[in-house]
Amino acid sequence: MTIKKTYKLFIGGKFPRTESGRVLDVRGKDGELLANASWASRKDFREAVVAARKASGGWGKASAYLKGQILYRIAEMLEGRRAQFVVELVAHGISEERAEKDVSEAINLLVHYAGWSDKYQALFSSANPVASSHFNFSVPEPTGVVGIIAPRRGSLPELVSALAPVIVGGNSAIVLAGENALTAITFAEVLSTSDVPAGVVNILTGKRAELIPEFAKHMDVNAVLLCSNDKDEKKLLDLESAENLKRVSHQKDAPLKESPYHILDFQEIKTTWHPIGV
Amino acid sequence: MAKTEPGPHNFVFGNYAPAPESKDHFKIKKSYDLFIGGKWVKASKKFETINPATGEVIAKVGEAGKKEVGQAVKAARKAFEGEWGQLSGAERGKYLFRIARLIQERSRELAVVESMDGGKPIRESRDVDIPLVAAHFFYHAGWADKLDYAFPGVKPKPLGVVGQVIPWNFPLLMAAWKIAPALACGNTVVLKPAETTPLTALKLAEIFEDAGLPPGTVNIVTGAGETGQALIEHPDVDKVAFTGSTAVGKAIRRAIAGTDKKFTLELGGKAANIVFEDAPINEAVEGILNGIFFNQGHVCCAGSRLFVQESIADKVIKKLKKRMETLIVGDPLDKNTDIGAINSAEQLERIKALVKAGEREGACIWQPEGRLPRKGNWFKPTLFTECAQSHRIVQEEIFGPVLAIQTFRTPQEALEKANNTPYGLSGGVWTDKGSKIFKMTTGLKAGVVWANTFNKFDPTSPFGGYKESGIGREGGVHGLAAYLNF
Repeated sequence: MTIKKTYKLFIGGKFPRTESGRVLDVRGKDGELLANASWASRKDFREAVVAARKASGGWGKASAYLKGQILYRIAEMLEGRRAQFVVELVAHGISEERAEKDVSEAINLLVHYAGWSDKYQALFSSANPVASSHFNFSVPEPTGVVGIIAPRRGSLPELVSALAPVIVGGNSAIVLAGENALTAITFAEVLSTSDVPAGVVNILTGKRAELIPEFAKHMDVNAVLLCSNDKDEKKLLDLESAENLKRVSHQKDAPLKESPYHILDFQEIKTTWHPIGV
Repeated sequence: MAKTEPGPHNFVFGNYAPAPESKDHFKIKKSYDLFIGGKWVKASKKFETINPATGEVIAKVGEAGKKEVGQAVKAARKAFEGEWGQLSGAERGKYLFRIARLIQERSRELAVVESMDGGKPIRESRDVDIPLVAAHFFYHAGWADKLDYAFPGVKPKPLGVVGQVIPWNFPLLMAAWKIAPALACGNTVVLKPAETTPLTALKLAEIFEDAGLPPGTVNIVTGAGETGQALIEHPDVDKVAFTGSTAVGKAIRRAIAGTDKKFTLELGGKAANIVFEDAPINEAVEGILNGIFFNQGHVCCAGSRLFVQESIADKVIKKLKKRMETLIVGDPLDKNTDIGAINSAEQLERIKALVKAGEREGACIWQPEGRLPRKGNWFKPTLFTECAQSHRIVQEEIFGPVLAIQTFRTPQEALEKANNTPYGLSGGVWTDKGSKIFKMTTGLKAGVVWANTFNKFDPTSPFGGYKESGIGREGGVHGLAAYLNF
């Protein structure tokens, strides 16, 4: 008899059950029970924000070299578990060929963004030739705590393409996984063995309608990435996020294309002036 | 220094001979219409714009309603799809260069009108506002044909029609900050100036006419909050750019929720100006004064919270008071004036209410002696000591010449107190130690940080806030992103 895995949440580097005691009935393509995944509550979300905030200072200050190595390490760990992900994706009804391709794509995305860790700053910084006698420069800094509403459907590339640009930019993240909840939690196992500091990535499985308003309203969330084609979801997020002027990036319900501009979406530009003289 | 009684020229502090700027070399019309589609269009209603230093009416201006705003957006759309939209970047740039030159040529007139309509000292409008206005057009002119170089890997495209709503503290400068990058990026504009300071934007419209800017490229609709709302909510506006209060900024964010409108918001601030014991004290004192009393403190990035290291607090406060006693409050058109008129009676009331709250909550108020002019809106330069983090004068944006002073012992304490605010527009650090500067400037959650200086601006230098101080940047290469689609 095979031993089945219990799928829980990923908060602050740990795998807690939802405090609500609720579960999502996740079934395979033949209707068999794959798991009773956690149905995260608003309180779980708030716990995740606390963990993300706690982690954001250290991660934001970690050297670009270190962040790059850690992203590359995630790719290495994912490669090592390739077979497991393929089996899990196939159980979800994805063809084996597609599953292999998806895992490869996710690995490629991580390697791609690992390389950006010490380069996007040069691309998005400027030394500004002001007319007065001052040295003046502008550099990107991480926005802080970023909520990610991952694409609704799909598998690994959807999740990783949204997450990688956020964390390589020094932000911590709370991800609401898509319907493919099991893959997201298995990916959390990859993260937890990849030297990603606890709390930098937190992954929740649950219902969008219940949790999107919480992402939007929480005063300690600085930005939200919404992957959605649903106009009502966007409107709700826009309205509720006004209170603390969250940065909102609205993307399609699909994998994000590789681009350093997705990193820039979650950066603040800081300009510093200093007089030249003695 | 000997104090003089208020004389005929509204002198209060100091005893300099008056040196008023003349205003006989240009004309202000008695009445202005709206500038729509390259023509002056009558509005159904008019309102008065008042000189805050005298209370006198300067001119009447049109109040654009929904209908007129609609006409302006239509004219802007036509220009975007027509003449302006079809120009090459290089040709757009030439218009902007030409506008920059015309502004330089009429700079004296613009400075005087700015001071009359808004109350700011002529020295500031002459030496800061108007030169920066010209510089903004000149800087952005050069970008018009080089946008592909600004954003590698993408082909940026203009957004379309941009609706812009600007405040009364830097009326023409804010118009320049908004219009110049919008035009350089190939957009067309409908701009609403603030209701208390519409005149220089209307003068700018005259300059656009003289420059031969294609009709509809920039439209100026004067009015108050309702005019702004009509502009922001207009369905054919592709992007909204707003500078003003955080409360209105949030309302705008809600008003455009769920639409595809892009937006930039430059909102309020409560900047910390942090002075360490190893700072050059005299320079720091000048920086503190400039930080809070520049433009009567009507500055979103004003250094309104002073943090002084405990060991030098007494010395700095003593020097500050001594220096504040020499500040001349009075006639904005006088070249000796340091602090001009408060922009409106309404703003004066707001300042008074917050100052009262400061006294009531237990902070110690200090103001220099001397009497203020009888007519017009005035407020003395003011400082508060014994302030607590919870005081309203520490938490809320006063937008007036009022400084709240607190002390600290360690850099970490200074950072924690400085960042303990929902705002994050600017900050200041004063120390002679380089490594301490960078510890502080990287630790401050603010978009603009001045080290050993304060309140400096330049078109090449991006400006904008963290947190509730706004979204987006203006100026520099980063400011262009706000007016382009990738």
